Amino acid sequence: MGFDRFGVKSFVSETKAEAFVDYLEGGKVMTTKCTVCGNVTFPPKMDCPKCRSSEVEWVEIKETGELVAFTTVMYGPAGFENHVPYTLAAVKFPNGLRIFGEIDAKMLNEQIMAGMKLRVVPVKLPEDRVSYQFQKA
Amino acid sequence: MEKEVAIVAEGQTGFVRRCGISISELCSIAFTEAMEGINLKNEEIDASVICSATEYDKQRSPAGIITEYLNLVGRPTFCVESLCSSSSSGLRIAYSLVKSGMHDVVAVIGFQKMSELTSAEAAERMGRSGDVMWESPFGLSMPAAFAMFASSHMAEYGTTEEQMAKVRVKNSICGVLNEKAVFRKKITVMDVMNSQTIVSPLKMLDCCANADGAGVLIVANRDIAKRITKEPVWIHGLGASTSSTTLSGRETYSSIACSRSAAGAAYDMAGVGPEDIDVAEVHDCFTITEIISYEDLGFAQPGEGVGLLEDGETYPDGRIPINPDGGILSKGHPIGATGIGQIRTIVRQLRGQCGETQVNGARIGLVHNLGGPGIYCFVTILGRD
Repeated sequence: MGFDRFGVKSFVSETKAEAFVDYLEGGKVMTTKCTVCGNVTFPPKMDCPKCRSSEVEWVEIKETGELVAFTTVMYGPAGFENHVPYTLAAVKFPNGLRIFGEIDAKMLNEQIMAGMKLRVVPVKLPEDRVSYQFQKA
Repeated sequence: MEKEVAIVAEGQTGFVRRCGISISELCSIAFTEAMEGINLKNEEIDASVICSATEYDKQRSPAGIITEYLNLVGRPTFCVESLCSSSSSGLRIAYSLVKSGMHDVVAVIGFQKMSELTSAEAAERMGRSGDVMWESPFGLSMPAAFAMFASSHMAEYGTTEEQMAKVRVKNSICGVLNEKAVFRKKITVMDVMNSQTIVSPLKMLDCCANADGAGVLIVANRDIAKRITKEPVWIHGLGASTSSTTLSGRETYSSIACSRSAAGAAYDMAGVGPEDIDVAEVHDCFTITEIISYEDLGFAQPGEGVGLLEDGETYPDGRIPINPDGGILSKGHPIGATGIGQIRTIVRQLRGQCGETQVNGARIGLVHNLGGPGIYCFVTILGRD
């Protein structure tokens, strides 16, 4: 089992970025940093889009970010029928990274507002699946 | 400067929820309408560009079967896809083929039979609209992406759900008059506000609906254009651009970067600015999309799109009438035909053929067509002269 364990429903099983899932399993949300030019991206990219080097290292995302966009999905695509309602979000981090993901379902009953401080944490899903979600910082 | 490439003919089926005929038959209706009343024989069409988001087709590689049905075989054809902007991509390719001198006359044929898929099949494709590796595993869909843009615009500029609903209200006024539109009912702000939430803050009536439909444009070089028709509409500017597919890759969610760059390129090529546009078709797959696009196209400053709408400037009798055919919200959204549907309206506006929704004296018109949640953007500027 590799990358096809990522998320509620996965579509991709083979990638050079498979370690992302192993890091989630180990309790860390990581992304890639180019060891040649220092470029950090999210999602991770095993080939630097800026300098084309494939020498990248994994770095942990520990900072607190700020919610910039979100929606609560009442009607989801195939495979998410039993997952609704869920809240998707984009969170901006101080280093300029922006990360798309889901907000912790426990926060659904609270007021979710742009600007609120969130951190990104790994989560275990049923059936040996892993993901990450945003939780209150 | 005299323009070199013209649209000499247009045709379009009605956009309907379920057409009940085949994709070739659908294209045939639009093709027959385009060929009516012009001085052009089928065999004078040198090449065709077939536009479809082919993931919605049962037919693999539909260009073959459609060109056969329309008697265009024996000549080159190209199949292009850029989701909802597929047929604007097609026009750009046709322009390039004609401008290069490779061909004199090119037919652009866009279609989609959204009803060809079961709702389960459609839901499956909906789940693969984003980056399937990193973002689809969270259940991202196109409506959800635009809903996120709406939340960001609300947070940044104070835009409200009622204000977004006013886009639907405006577009429904013209939709009532468009006999080729799916929705021909007047809609109120309350209707929108009372409709079911799909992806907050977007409700059912903030969203366009799938439709079946086809459209055709015939593109020709300057010399032949004047022989084919007395009313050629000239291509003044074409701008095209892309934004990152991943939402993580976007720098902002209250603006769509590819709209700004495509518009800039189109204005530069045409030698005009937003203040010169007499009438426009602006991509309104969701109500928020039209507001954001007013700002991205330069019709309003960032955060002032709502004001433009509320001041009545984008109504049919306003300073810059937008979506005088009712927009995608009224017409429905047959993915591969949507761009031609928009371009057709501007062609007809510039020819003065739009009856009750005619913008008096329109000489320069603009078409803004997005593909997906702003992955692709095409801006087309057309002129009567």
